[in-house]
Amino acid sequence: MNLFHQHILSFAIWLPILAGVIVLLLGNDQNLQRTRWVALVGAIVSFLVTVPLYTKFQLPIGTFQFQESTTWIPAFNIHYHLGADGFSVPLILLTSFTTVIVVIAAWEVITKSVAQYMAAFLIMSGLMIGVFSALDAILYYVFWEAMLIPMFLVIGIWGGPNRVYATIKFFLYTLLGSLLMLVAFIYLYHQTGSFALTDYYALPITMSAQIWIFVAFFMAFAVKIPMWPVHTWLPDAHVEAPTGGSVVLAAIALKLGGYSFLRFAMPIAPDAAHYFANTMVTLSLIAIVYIALVALVQKDMKKLIAYSSISHMGFVTLGFFMFSQLGLEGAVVQMISHGFISSAMFLCVGVLYDRMHSRQIADYGGVVNTMPIFAAFAVLFAMANSGLPGTSGFVGEFMVILAAVKFNFWVAFLAATTLIFGAAYTLWMTKRVFYGAVANAHVAELTDINRREFLILATLALLVIGFGVYPEPITAMLQATSAEFLTHMQTSKLPILSSAPAASI
Amino acid sequence: MSMSKILLLIPMLPLIAATVIGLFGRKLPRHFAHILTIAGVGIAFMLSTYVLNQTLHGFTLNETVYQWLTSGAFRFEVGFLIDNLTAMMMVVVTFVSLMVHIYTIGYMHEDPGYSRFFSYISLFTFSMLMLVMSNNFMQLFFGWEAVGLVSYLLIGFWYTRPTAIYANLKAFLVNRVGDFGFLLGIGMVLYHFGSLDYAAVFESAPRLKDVQVQIVPNVDWSLMTVTCLLLFVGAMGKSAQVPLHVWLPDSMEGPTPISALIHAATMVTAGIFMVARMSPLFELSTTALSTVMVIGAITALFMGFLGIIQNDIKRVVAYSTLSQLGYMTVALGASAYSVAIFHLMTHAFFKALLFLAAGSVIMGMHHDQDIRNMGNLKKYMPITWITSLIGSLALIGTPFFAGFYSKDSIIEAVKFSHITGSGFAYFAVLAGVFVTAFYSFRLYFLVFHGKEKWREVHQDAQAHHDEHADDHGHHHGLSPTDNPHESGWVVTIPLVLLSIPSVFVGYLAIESMLFGDFFNHVIFVDAQAHPAMQHLAHHYHELLHSPAGMALHGFLTLPFALAASGVLLSWYFYMKRPDIPAAIKRKCHLIYRVLDNKYGFDSFNERVFAGGSRLIGGKLWQIGDVQLIDGAMVNGTANLVAKISSKVRHLQSGLIYHYAFAMIIGVFLFLTFFIKIN
Repeated sequence: MNLFHQHILSFAIWLPILAGVIVLLLGNDQNLQRTRWVALVGAIVSFLVTVPLYTKFQLPIGTFQFQESTTWIPAFNIHYHLGADGFSVPLILLTSFTTVIVVIAAWEVITKSVAQYMAAFLIMSGLMIGVFSALDAILYYVFWEAMLIPMFLVIGIWGGPNRVYATIKFFLYTLLGSLLMLVAFIYLYHQTGSFALTDYYALPITMSAQIWIFVAFFMAFAVKIPMWPVHTWLPDAHVEAPTGGSVVLAAIALKLGGYSFLRFAMPIAPDAAHYFANTMVTLSLIAIVYIALVALVQKDMKKLIAYSSISHMGFVTLGFFMFSQLGLEGAVVQMISHGFISSAMFLCVGVLYDRMHSRQIADYGGVVNTMPIFAAFAVLFAMANSGLPGTSGFVGEFMVILAAVKFNFWVAFLAATTLIFGAAYTLWMTKRVFYGAVANAHVAELTDINRREFLILATLALLVIGFGVYPEPITAMLQATSAEFLTHMQTSKLPILSSAPAASI
Repeated sequence: MSMSKILLLIPMLPLIAATVIGLFGRKLPRHFAHILTIAGVGIAFMLSTYVLNQTLHGFTLNETVYQWLTSGAFRFEVGFLIDNLTAMMMVVVTFVSLMVHIYTIGYMHEDPGYSRFFSYISLFTFSMLMLVMSNNFMQLFFGWEAVGLVSYLLIGFWYTRPTAIYANLKAFLVNRVGDFGFLLGIGMVLYHFGSLDYAAVFESAPRLKDVQVQIVPNVDWSLMTVTCLLLFVGAMGKSAQVPLHVWLPDSMEGPTPISALIHAATMVTAGIFMVARMSPLFELSTTALSTVMVIGAITALFMGFLGIIQNDIKRVVAYSTLSQLGYMTVALGASAYSVAIFHLMTHAFFKALLFLAAGSVIMGMHHDQDIRNMGNLKKYMPITWITSLIGSLALIGTPFFAGFYSKDSIIEAVKFSHITGSGFAYFAVLAGVFVTAFYSFRLYFLVFHGKEKWREVHQDAQAHHDEHADDHGHHHGLSPTDNPHESGWVVTIPLVLLSIPSVFVGYLAIESMLFGDFFNHVIFVDAQAHPAMQHLAHHYHELLHSPAGMALHGFLTLPFALAASGVLLSWYFYMKRPDIPAAIKRKCHLIYRVLDNKYGFDSFNERVFAGGSRLIGGKLWQIGDVQLIDGAMVNGTANLVAKISSKVRHLQSGLIYHYAFAMIIGVFLFLTFFIKIN
């Protein structure tokens, strides 16, 4: 037990990976049921080991908790150093939870190479938790890149007809950004002789170097979030990905980018972050407004939800770069909430796709007549996606918009248009898919959700409403960490002597 | 039981009932749905009257229920502020809701969505209670949007009808436009006042009176004006003020009980309630008050005009609701907040009554809603007839009826107001009296008197009828040989119960609500700057002395003359000489067209806002994403690489003599290069 408590994060990372390997070894397509159960047990146990991160979390501490560190590659001073704070713990829990959902969601749906599919998600879960808890740059980089592989395979093997284009686009987009990040790490290693994140936090850096570092990180993280204009891989990837792939992509993979801004780009180069704040705010607003309008005209449900994701992630970056506690915490809340809501939305499309094999809005109409229980869930999640108060979708947007009024009224004005556009694209789709008379013979033959689907959607619905009615558990975790973060961000890292010339850049 | 527990119980009971019926209604026997929800809202009503009784004896309370969210120095809480205003609203909401619950047993009797309907209206009651009981802007916004959600669900209740699901989307989006302004207003409050708690905000308001903000760089605006106008945009959405009124007439696609509850008595008055609640802020900006007044006046008059030409019984009442909401808004603008709330209350009773009576008529007519097919229903539906008459008399402001006291006070308050726009507003509310009387009694005469027109075959009415028949699932109308029947007791009892306050509540409440201390410490009026209310009280005490005196004096006033002539004219037009309106319709073709198109708001919104957004979205997608980013940049890079490599590939032809030739040229170039250098 003691071993466990000292290495909770290691367990959180390696247990799902181990479970994935076991599934690969034990499972095969001849014995599907065993494969599925092993995967489910693995996912549940992996989720349970992350729960102590919440229960044992010390709210007043703003720095890293649950730390563990051993030397990994002494020659380059690389450490296996893990730790979590208020930003990462909610995301780790979200990851392990989503994996359980994905395994259940795949239950009867995936019949081809089940073991490999389940294993890919379990391994990916461990790797993503690794990203969220690595405090050593190389360790982080390894997890970051490694998680691309299972995702690449998930889309490439279980994906739709145009999956090759989508996977290559996805892979090249993200890889290109990541390489620049690696260059930044190597530069920082040369400056400090270390890959430890805490060393980077303390390192004074000139303005020009900060700008280069920030830009390099930006390339890596902006693609992941994704920010406008490097977002076009996401709709393609979502459209081709199987439901589980979309869920993980939307719920967690996008958050890797948001989280990494908080963990790397901003605290390592705080002066550059301030320098680029207006640019980042502008890009965020473009994401919120432009992408919302693009979402409005989509004909493919998955594409629409993908664009909606980009628009909602705009609130995350907007919240980061206003440098206020309300905005910052709102951004993190938005990441968590979007994890639930986008999962739910993609699962809803999955439910329909499994029955009709179409994602086109035009192929549906009047689904409520044949699937009333499902429609109730879908309307709930649509409302959450529109940011209805009482659902988690409201909380983050509310915080960010309120913070934006203080930052600049017109920023708030543009951000608040999501109230109108977000509702417009989501509810218009809801209207065309769910309401109306039964549109065609296929819709007439639909059967309502089964117990398994009900279980998933009900769980997500409870979370969406629960955190909408009572978001305090999340924000309480963020309190100390975000205060610490903002104090750090307000302290200039410019070298004392050269600060005067550097400021003129 | 402690007061805190009672207060918590009031919204929770309808919520619990709604949840249980919503989740298990399909499995439970049908009557569970109404028993459980009526029990919930019934107990909530009784507890609310108890609370009102307490607040009348000086009880007030402002307490936190739980901490919703903390962020840095900001604490967002869920809590209750209980005073006379809240308690009165709670009683009105739960009473009308209870009536509607009972009525629904009859009205929705055959509907397959019976339990779903009860679940929704109970959920609405919860949301509305959270809205009025709130002690902070966050919870206000929660209730505000939650009632919008239920409204959305209920307008689209018959989800197979294209008109219903068009109307509910429209209602939600138009309300969201209002909420957009409202949220920004809340943002201004949080930023400048540092809190979202009413008490803290109102306390710091006077200090911030003269603060200027620069929304547009280098242009100074008063903080109060900006904040109040943004908040008022929210009120315009919810309370359907021009130009955000467009959703309310379409909302009539929903079942009639909710038209009474949500789209007449309670939800649409949330904006009025909110502005009255915010009186400490609005009082500090005369500019905002002027805007409020002018918008209200436009709504009161111009929406009334539209009521004249409607032939759908529910739409007539809907436009009358719009017009009455305009009256309340005008009262707010005149700083007569208590009068606005007073009219809100009387209107809740008589308008709910009129809607429910209309629903009873619709049932009697077998779901034909066209008033041109009705007539002489007084013979067949006596209770509906009498209660409708009472409701109509109250609506047009007949002395001694509830509507008289509130509406006459509004007109007088506007007369005493001297802020910019009050001249126009006074004209509008006066002219509105005539218009209201005219369309109300047009409806009344056409429905309850005259010939039994469903027995004849009307050419144009039939056409209209058919067009409607496509929309409405169980729309069949009355066959010429049938007689309409009076509705059952579950329908008529609420009508009777609602007609009691429609007659008496004005007489009983006016002294304490307008001129007594009912709203002391609740509504704040800067009597120096906006003395209308003071003049009104003075006028009352000097001249009228008592409610009866006011009513008797009412017979001698201009509004009464206008109302009476409106009634007379409609009697002459629709009972005596039905050829006149038809002739006017033909002669004044242009005006008729304008009114028929509802001043073109709908087509403008449809074309410019809806069409424009789709057009821009389509262009951004096709040009921005597909052509520029993907086409030029992403795939462009890939294509460029492919292109270069395809060119370079030709060099690798595999033919020895090509390579040899290249080598020779290379050697030659190198030699030349080195020789030149040397």
